[in-house]
Order: sequence, then structure tokens, then C-alpha cells
Amino acid sequence: MYAFTYHRPASLAEAQSMLQGKDDPAIMAGGQTLIPTLKQRLTQPSDVIDLGAVRELAGITVEGDTVHIGAMTRHAQVAASAEVRRIIPALAHLAGLIGDPAVRNMGTIGGSIANADPAADYPAGIVGLDATVHTNQRQIAADAYFTGMFETALENGEIVTKVSFPKAARAGYTKFRNPASRYAVVGVFVAQKGSAVRVAVTGAGPSVFRLPEMEQALAQNFTADAIANIQVTADDLNSDLHASAEYRAHLVTVMAKRAVRQALGQPET
Amino acid sequence: MPAVSMTVNGKVVSADVEPRTLLVHYLRDHLGLTGTHVGCDTSQCGACVVHMDGNAVKACTVLAMQAEDHDVLTIEGLADSERLHPMQAAFKEHHALQCGFCTPGMIMAAVDIVRRFDNPDEHTIREQLEGNICRCTGYHNIVKAIQAVAAGEFDKAEPAQAA
Repeated sequence: MYAFTYHRPASLAEAQSMLQGKDDPAIMAGGQTLIPTLKQRLTQPSDVIDLGAVRELAGITVEGDTVHIGAMTRHAQVAASAEVRRIIPALAHLAGLIGDPAVRNMGTIGGSIANADPAADYPAGIVGLDATVHTNQRQIAADAYFTGMFETALENGEIVTKVSFPKAARAGYTKFRNPASRYAVVGVFVAQKGSAVRVAVTGAGPSVFRLPEMEQALAQNFTADAIANIQVTADDLNSDLHASAEYRAHLVTVMAKRAVRQALGQPET
Repeated sequence: MPAVSMTVNGKVVSADVEPRTLLVHYLRDHLGLTGTHVGCDTSQCGACVVHMDGNAVKACTVLAMQAEDHDVLTIEGLADSERLHPMQAAFKEHHALQCGFCTPGMIMAAVDIVRRFDNPDEHTIREQLEGNICRCTGYHNIVKAIQAVAAGEFDKAEPAQAA
């Protein structure tokens, strides 16, 4: 790790002011990605601004059928939350699949989506549930938030404060995970609300994406059979030592079918 | 160097550290608490698991500065002066270790599992241990030890000094 100057603001306002005038500051949430990145010397921030003591950013609140999750809320808290499990059980399920238990005790939703790893789980849930990302400056719709590999709509100095998830009538999330890193080789989130269905895929491409063809088929007929013959093209999908683009393309349909079955309360396989 | 202050095994400790100091190095090199191990150093193996405010965390992926004002428990703080912690007694009884390198992290993770789950079954325990790797592959007896503690079999632990 290269040396840096450490800051520990106690409020969001203090964090914002600490960002001013720094050469190349990094904001740290739980540190579960930033610290490994620092250890490998893949990044060299001048300053690390640790949001760990900013209490106003942590916690889960419910307003009607909407669940608000503060940016500093740990994955373990989302997974264990009785409110999240009651209102959007698929979201609690997703949070419980991230990393391992010890990583989930530190990692946060804000850190995950600010980093926007192409194989992270939360992007699928946020796009699948049509959530809204709140920052210290504005609100960003899920479809406009993730813009590319490790790229988001966030501007310099913009800090994620919370994510608001509307309840879905039915939702499911399944992933084919890398057994070492537990990241999604392919993860698919399916959500039905009224007559609309959203299908969001993580891990397969440079960034989370939706599958309109599956969404239309499921809007007509919300069963695994309705999408069984829909194959996505391998063009533009990720290819690496873990899986070829063709294999990922195949997995998308398999995981989507399982997510639909999970949403229906059926055995996934 | 900035100062950091936290509670470790019930005692308030503070020191001046470089901000890039990892919690595991602070525990081992500054406090001499070498029971917490560095295995993979990439948050995969779990040899460095300690508790922060009662929750298992990987001390190789936490900065010492992040533990400011928090309550850290390491393997050294688990037993009271007289008796082994039930999980330690169960690991001993079930021979849940071979080389012992992963054991401190396994025990800290195991205590966290028993705290979170009411009488977990074997499947749950194995799933919850996914962040802890035993390269002797001694999982079978580790799982048995955790099950025994969860079932209350070690509520009356033996004296720590017993051979």
C-alpha cells in the first residue's frame, strides 16, 4: 500500500468539505474493495476519507412500500433485516449472497455501487427493482446510474447517501458465482410489478444490463417456460479465465429461468 | 502519524500508526497479539477473522484506523482467565484442528455463526464457513465442533489449564 492521509469525518457535511482541495481523494465506505485495491498498489489516492463514522448514512427505513437503505448499511444488515425480508425478500437474499459473512459485515451498498464492479450483485437488484440512487446532490434513476465498467453517473465529489427500493409484486435473484471470489459470473434479477417486468443481468457484460425480450415475454406469461428459448448473444459479453462469452450467454438464460422460479416460490432447478 | 484508539479484548489501547496499517498488523506487531494470523492477505482465507463490535470481520481487510472507537475481540480475548470458551473446548474435544493455522479465524467465525443462528444444521454451518479455508481440509470435525456448541453441549467448559 502506498502512503495516504487518512480522514474520519463524523458527518456528511464534514466529508464533503474534506474532499475540497485534495489532490486525488478516495472515499472509503466498508473498504472491502478499496483496501485490496490499495494493497495491490492499483490505486494511489492522496487522501482516504473514511465514511465509517458518518452515522447519518447508515440504516434501513421503510416508507409505505419503499425501503430506503443508507449508503453505509452493511450487506449483513440488509440480509438480516426483518423489514427488507418482509417487503422485498429477493433483495435480502441478494445481500446474503455477497462475498462471505465477514466481508458482508464490512461491505456496504454505497461502496458497492460507487465502485460498480461489473460482477457485483447490487447493480442487478438496483436495476431490476428500478431503484433510485440518492446522492448529496441529486437523485439518479437506476437505468441512468450504471454507465459502464466501473463507471457510474456520479460526478467528482458526489457521494451516494442512500438507495430507495420500491416493492415488487414478485422478485427473484440467482447467480452462478465464482467459487473463489464469490462474485457473479452471471447474476440475474427478475422483478414483476403490475404489468411490467424487469430483467437485469450482472457479471455477464461490462456493466449491468436489461433484457427487453425476456421482459416482454415474462410480462405476457410470468413462467420460466416463457423465456426458456430466449438466447442472448455472446457479442459484447465478458470473456475471461473464469468463463467465455458464449458460456456466460448460456448462463444468462439458465439463471433467468431460476430467478423466475424463485420469484414464483418454485424449486429453482 | 495519527493516533488510533480502540478497545481490544476489553482493554482500551491507543498508538500512533501509519494510516495504511492494517488492523491485523496493528494487533500482531503493535500489541503482540499474534493469535490472529495472516494467511492469504486477500480476504479469502479467514485466518485473520476477529470480531469488531461482536461481528466477524477480516482483519487483513480493515485498516487499524477504521477500528477507531470500536470494540475488537481476538482469539486471545475469547477465554476468560479460568476457562476455555465453549468453542475452544469443542474444537479441542472434537479434534477440529490439524496444523492449527486456520484455527483462530475458524473459532472466531464459529462463535459468530452460533450467535447468529439458533441451532444451525450442518448445511448452514458449512455455508457460513465459506469465508474460512482450512488447507488441511479438516472441515468435518470443525463442523461437528460448531454443531456441538450450538446444541449446548459445551455450556460448561473445562478449565483452561487442563492438559
